[in-house]
Amino acid sequence: MLGFNWLTACNTGSKESAQIPDEWFEINAYLKIGNNGVVTIMSTNPEFGQGVKTSMPMVVAEELDVDWKSVIVEQAPFNPDIYERQFTGGSQALRQGWQGLRMAGATARYMLKAAAAQAWDVPIIEISTASGVLSHGNSGKSAGYGEMASAAAQIPVPDEVEMKEPKNFSIVGSSKKNVDGLKIVTGKPMFGLDVVREGMLFATLAFPPAFGMKLKSFDAAEAKAMPGIKDIFSIKTYNDDYKRNRFDTDAFTEVVAIVGNSTWEVMNAKLMLQVEWEPFSAYQFKEEGWTGDRTVDVPAGLESTSGHIAKMKEVAAKAGRVVRKDGNPEQAFKSAAKIIERTYTAPYLAHFMMEPINFFADVKEDSVIVAGPTQAPEYVEQTISARLGIPVEKIDVQMTRMGGGFGRRAYNHYATEAAVISQKVKAPVKLVYSREDTTRFGVFRPTYHVTYRAALDENNNLVAFHAKAGGIPESPLHANRFPAGAVDNYLAEDWSINSNITIGAFRAPRSNFIGPAEQMFLDEVAEAAGKDPIEFRLQLLKRAKENPVGENNDYDAARYAGVLELLRDKSEWGKDTSKKNRGVAAYFCHNSYAAHVLDVVLENGEPKVEKVVSALDCGIVVNPDAASNMVEGAVVDGIGNALFGEMTFNNGEPQKDNFDSYRLIRHREAPKSIDVHFVQNEIAPTGLGEPPFPPIFAALGNALYKATGQRYYHQPFTKNSFDAG
Amino acid sequence: MAVFNLKINKKEYQVDVDPSTPMLWVLRDHLNLMGTKYGCGIAQCGACTIHLNGEAVRSCITFVDSVGDKEITTIEGLSENGDHPVQRAWLEHDVAQCGYCQPGQIMQASALLNEIPNPSDEEIENAMNGNICRCGTYTRIKKAIKTAANS
Repeated sequence: MLGFNWLTACNTGSKESAQIPDEWFEINAYLKIGNNGVVTIMSTNPEFGQGVKTSMPMVVAEELDVDWKSVIVEQAPFNPDIYERQFTGGSQALRQGWQGLRMAGATARYMLKAAAAQAWDVPIIEISTASGVLSHGNSGKSAGYGEMASAAAQIPVPDEVEMKEPKNFSIVGSSKKNVDGLKIVTGKPMFGLDVVREGMLFATLAFPPAFGMKLKSFDAAEAKAMPGIKDIFSIKTYNDDYKRNRFDTDAFTEVVAIVGNSTWEVMNAKLMLQVEWEPFSAYQFKEEGWTGDRTVDVPAGLESTSGHIAKMKEVAAKAGRVVRKDGNPEQAFKSAAKIIERTYTAPYLAHFMMEPINFFADVKEDSVIVAGPTQAPEYVEQTISARLGIPVEKIDVQMTRMGGGFGRRAYNHYATEAAVISQKVKAPVKLVYSREDTTRFGVFRPTYHVTYRAALDENNNLVAFHAKAGGIPESPLHANRFPAGAVDNYLAEDWSINSNITIGAFRAPRSNFIGPAEQMFLDEVAEAAGKDPIEFRLQLLKRAKENPVGENNDYDAARYAGVLELLRDKSEWGKDTSKKNRGVAAYFCHNSYAAHVLDVVLENGEPKVEKVVSALDCGIVVNPDAASNMVEGAVVDGIGNALFGEMTFNNGEPQKDNFDSYRLIRHREAPKSIDVHFVQNEIAPTGLGEPPFPPIFAALGNALYKATGQRYYHQPFTKNSFDAG
Repeated sequence: MAVFNLKINKKEYQVDVDPSTPMLWVLRDHLNLMGTKYGCGIAQCGACTIHLNGEAVRSCITFVDSVGDKEITTIEGLSENGDHPVQRAWLEHDVAQCGYCQPGQIMQASALLNEIPNPSDEEIENAMNGNICRCGTYTRIKKAIKTAANS
């Protein structure tokens, strides 16, 4: 059930030199070869700016051994029978796709060689390839892939095949331009919001203004009379007995749909809708959780930020749940020469991806086509299938390019809503959320709290470390991360407070709070110990490598030290004495290691980031310049969220919903320069979207300490003054 | 509803829409020109930037009945083949990540360079500060603007 993609009539990517062939020969699910040697490679995972649409095909092209100039890339349809893990999130696309992508290219190359061997009646072992050309050295025969493609398509796919040595890579490890670059700069339709279909109607939703409320009643008479309006009705997003999957996060399951002829008309009609909401009583729903089926309790109440802060303080003072204990921390703190204790907090964050929430659905009697921005097409399909009673085989999920995701687009209530509306009005429907609604619907980054304690002995050695972390509604604790393993006496506890405000993954979930808090704390501990912050970390990592404490230490101490050493070198740490306001931080999450040095100055009382130097270990870097771009983006994103990011609530209502009230980082606040360096090794790629994000918050906080003499314990940093100390 | 004659990318169009419809939605929902993007609707993000007689404006707050016979340029009409110096510079520096904000960034940058052919860092920041990039490509955008200025 491969649907067609009506967004793109002619997929020539950005390569003027790749000419459309007369005939295509499908070699496998990942690639087809034209009679003229042009190769179309399918990009399997949804693209939201992380660059997989370029880097994943690069891996295929490498093992196929074709000239990158001959490659056209197409977005693969969602098809779990053919492609594995078409999910975007967790920085896993290249890591999990690596072997499969290589196999796809390598098996195709083998089949081409086998076809040539047959055609030339020579042993396959004597055939070689180079950039899309097959050659037989002995006889001097050669042929382009295009000439052999038809025959290659008939060769049985081998189970095992030889692949290239990383040292022989020529495409992987070289920088290739974004395959959609030309389309982007010329404004070609590519995003979910750009989907158009004949007969398509537009829809928008009315949902409660506050968490803790539900629909009571509505009067659509005035709204229906507005120009261009077709119908207004309430819908239930899920059936009553439905067991939700882990991405069916949704606080507003009964909403009012306004359907009409254009976006502007439905948005205007919504203003005339008379609707009453009422507080709900606590309720439960069943969910297929991460570790098995569970019952989720949703508490009643209209929550406020002031209440959250007070409640977290209250619970944080009580005993937490012990998650890890090494040695005898109680004794070590009793006999410590110096104890440092600090508490860090951060508010809820909203994703604010640039493209607002939207999805297209065309529901027929027994088949469905949906199209739009989603990180989780498999879950879209499952939920819609359950809701409409149509089998997944009859549901076609088209993945458009996403105008940003950051985790928010894994939660696809909006795809189900679009499908339910389309079914009701018996027409194709594009559901559009305004920017305000995109923010207010929820699924935020949680609010968090952690108290750290460190004990130093009389020689300023770190002898005990205690982390007690919690949040609403979950704890951010990663008990087995550094400095666990490097400290003899270690205690990690957690706690959580339930809430009806919905949360979900936000770029490096949990890590995006606990990483910064830990790295700002270690900076203070290093200072108290009279040690250079990089040297302090390296000493601990040396201990973790040579004589680790406990088991399950969730990091490779040698690689962790490696990024710090690369960073120390590239940033000229300690050498350039004109750089007074420097902060450093490092973190390991989502399988990769990242570290930054940040230089900040104060200008008119405002922090200005002059320069950031970044060091990463993410294994083999497939597309170096694009990888740098992503690190630069994570740096900017982290600085912005650390300085400004803050969502607040009053009686359940989000207090900010657009860029005028919720501040994001802009051109003026971006660093003047960002230098990115990668550790060179032959480890298979380990992911890059999230790892650079957590440590930049701390590098900024630590640099600001140098500039102002103040530490920044509570985000956003702009809540504090920046007077120079 | 009223009929409006519009000059867009050197072509004549006619639409029948409510006079208070922003040009953003006229372009997207009535003329199938999808390059101009919706980001916020309140002129805070710059994704909807178009040119009116060469000047950058936010189409989300430019109502169709205020345009008159001014010439509208959208991202689709900035060049014939994507070869405007700003577009070429964007490709040279591989600026885009998700790409959603970039048409607005490009329209704002091209208007800036029309007015100030060789802008300083400060002039670039001031002109571009209204355009948000959530993916954080600001440093590349600045480099691309300087490349375009020098070309």
